[in-house]
Amino acid sequence: MALKKDYEDIPGTFVFDADRGREGYQLNQFCISLRLQKNRDTFGENEEAYLDGYKMTDEQRQAVLDRDWNRLLELGGNIYYTSKLAANDGINFQQLAGLMTGMGNDAYRAMMVAGGRSPEGNRYQSEWDDKEGDA
Amino acid sequence: MARITAGVGCSHVPAIGVAMDQGITEQPYWEPVFEGFEKSREWMKEQKADVVFLVYNDHCTVFDASCIPTFALGCGPEFAPADEGWGPRPVPVVKNHQVLASHIAQSLVLDEFDITVMNEMEVDHGLTVPMSVMFGDKTVDDEWPCLVIPLCVNVVQYPPPTGNRCYNLGKAIRRAVESFDEDLNVVIFGTGGMSHQLQYKRAGLINKEWDEQFLNRLTSDPVALSQTPHVEYLREAGSEGVEMVMWHVMRGALDDEVEEVHRHYHVPASNTAVGHIILENVKDQGMAK
Repeated sequence: MALKKDYEDIPGTFVFDADRGREGYQLNQFCISLRLQKNRDTFGENEEAYLDGYKMTDEQRQAVLDRDWNRLLELGGNIYYTSKLAANDGINFQQLAGLMTGMGNDAYRAMMVAGGRSPEGNRYQSEWDDKEGDA
Repeated sequence: MARITAGVGCSHVPAIGVAMDQGITEQPYWEPVFEGFEKSREWMKEQKADVVFLVYNDHCTVFDASCIPTFALGCGPEFAPADEGWGPRPVPVVKNHQVLASHIAQSLVLDEFDITVMNEMEVDHGLTVPMSVMFGDKTVDDEWPCLVIPLCVNVVQYPPPTGNRCYNLGKAIRRAVESFDEDLNVVIFGTGGMSHQLQYKRAGLINKEWDEQFLNRLTSDPVALSQTPHVEYLREAGSEGVEMVMWHVMRGALDDEVEEVHRHYHVPASNTAVGHIILENVKDQGMAK
């Protein structure tokens, strides 16, 4: 019997469990390679050639090239790995969050300074579905 | 004998390290973050700790996805700050108490905690930021004022160890320390958290009420607190808030009866609620000073 995923109904969130880890393995290994300067240099010289060294799916590869930060997570990436690709591009965690939430850096930063995103209405997917239904 | 006299809970937000490294801690954004650590630095000096046992997690820096130990104990002679994509932090290399560390490693395995022994390891912001906030500014040419034994816990690949397991590991660490002959004052750090979510569309989640309850219950209700299921951290404190399981290792290593001597809580540092607490074993109070 499979382990119960009691966290799947949290909205706007991926829990990096074994299934996601398996799916994202090559993508995440690529990302972590960028923590070393020599690899950042090689990647910068020719991204396509560097990516040939990792057996990721075509979708994952395209998401890397597009810097589609949410797509990377949807395809098994984990934030601590994808943040290495962001660092390569000079993007820090807070700027990355501004991109992933679609809020942009200024609005996201302002939300954090005002106390962050409230848990109210953000605990269950059903709460987000209701909001989308209203819109 | 060696003994654990006090515990420190502390966030390890990377941007805090960046702010210290760039010398911008007096800017209005950062000033309230660092203000809460002024007393902590005085307290840390007074402890005259010989060893800090520092529980933290690696953030896909030193450990890639090829090998994911749940508990990895640093047993090598020293640990250099790692390049996390921005260059290594300009802080001192961490020196280990290698004999105590390997004693703890052996004791834990015989006590049925099957930890991984790391004889070579770099350390990321998870370890160096708590050192910086508790000991103040240091350059690469300085030395940290005490030795450090790092315990690296997997909290990235779900599931992390349960809070219950962490709490009981803390007790086993205490047994290991107390069976070491040298007279040493050990302070244990549990790091990470508090509420934060770094990823996807719910990024930025902060739950101040939940965090404050967590801080309250560390002193008054630690055993029940350690039973908190993972899904509650994920839902209430954000996907990266689950790092807080590491605070239970610290709490488990202390006496049942502790006194909270300092607390600091501030939102935000970057994406994160900064939480910090200092707990002293009541029966050890005054002994180290």
